[in-house]
Amino acid sequence: MNQMAEPLVFRFEVDGDNFTSAGQASVQVKKNLRQLGIDPETIRRVSIAMYEGEINMVIHAKGGEASVIVSDECIEIILADKGPGIANIEQAMQEGFSTAPDNVRSLGFGAGMGLPNMKRYTDEMQIDSVVGEGTTITMKVRY
Amino acid sequence: MTINTIKDLLGAEVLCGSEHLENDVHSACGSDMMSDVLAYVKNQAVLLTGLVNAQVIRTAEMMDMMCVVFVRSKRPSSDMIELANECGIAVMTTPMRMYDACGILYSNGLRGNGESDG
Repeated sequence: MNQMAEPLVFRFEVDGDNFTSAGQASVQVKKNLRQLGIDPETIRRVSIAMYEGEINMVIHAKGGEASVIVSDECIEIILADKGPGIANIEQAMQEGFSTAPDNVRSLGFGAGMGLPNMKRYTDEMQIDSVVGEGTTITMKVRY
Repeated sequence: MTINTIKDLLGAEVLCGSEHLENDVHSACGSDMMSDVLAYVKNQAVLLTGLVNAQVIRTAEMMDMMCVVFVRSKRPSSDMIELANECGIAVMTTPMRMYDACGILYSNGLRGNGESDG
């Protein structure tokens, strides 16, 4: 990838009312990163982490805002919602723990793998959450 | 194994991406839970599933997969086909059940490439 003068920022509104469209922003980000010539493994890690996060925002928080910042050192993904917040982050990080409603499981998600997957594919992940106010997740993937 | 061989072994009908049939694939996975696919799959090129919604195609796209096989004669919507076309993913449907479809592909040499956590 060419050196960048300043970081590139992609911003998306994630529609919380429509599960069918969930993941559209991640598909778009994947396209954008390909056009930038970023290596496929990095693209895959970013897009999977963002996709899981996007699905979470639709399931739990009625949508939110996703930003992807591409700089020379890393790709940063910031997912901000005004949902219910996460009461116990440690518990939420355990594989298999889920508070998703049953109907989400019939859609292929809600197995309690979302946050663990996001951590698995990124180099850094920070969760800032206030119950009743919302959650912001910041992830970094280094090249 | 080529995608065309998968089609023949499973008696499948190709719904889109017939231009990709000669592409080689080296591993596959079968699941209805997309988060499990996203967690455990590494370099698998084929997804067999009984789940039918747009998230199946997006999951395959996120994983750089080349082919999605719907089991038990399930058929995706035209929106899903359109999305798969955009992503360059071949889509087919087979009357076989998940267990049989996976077993036939496995016994013909298409392995899961599962790592220890898979």
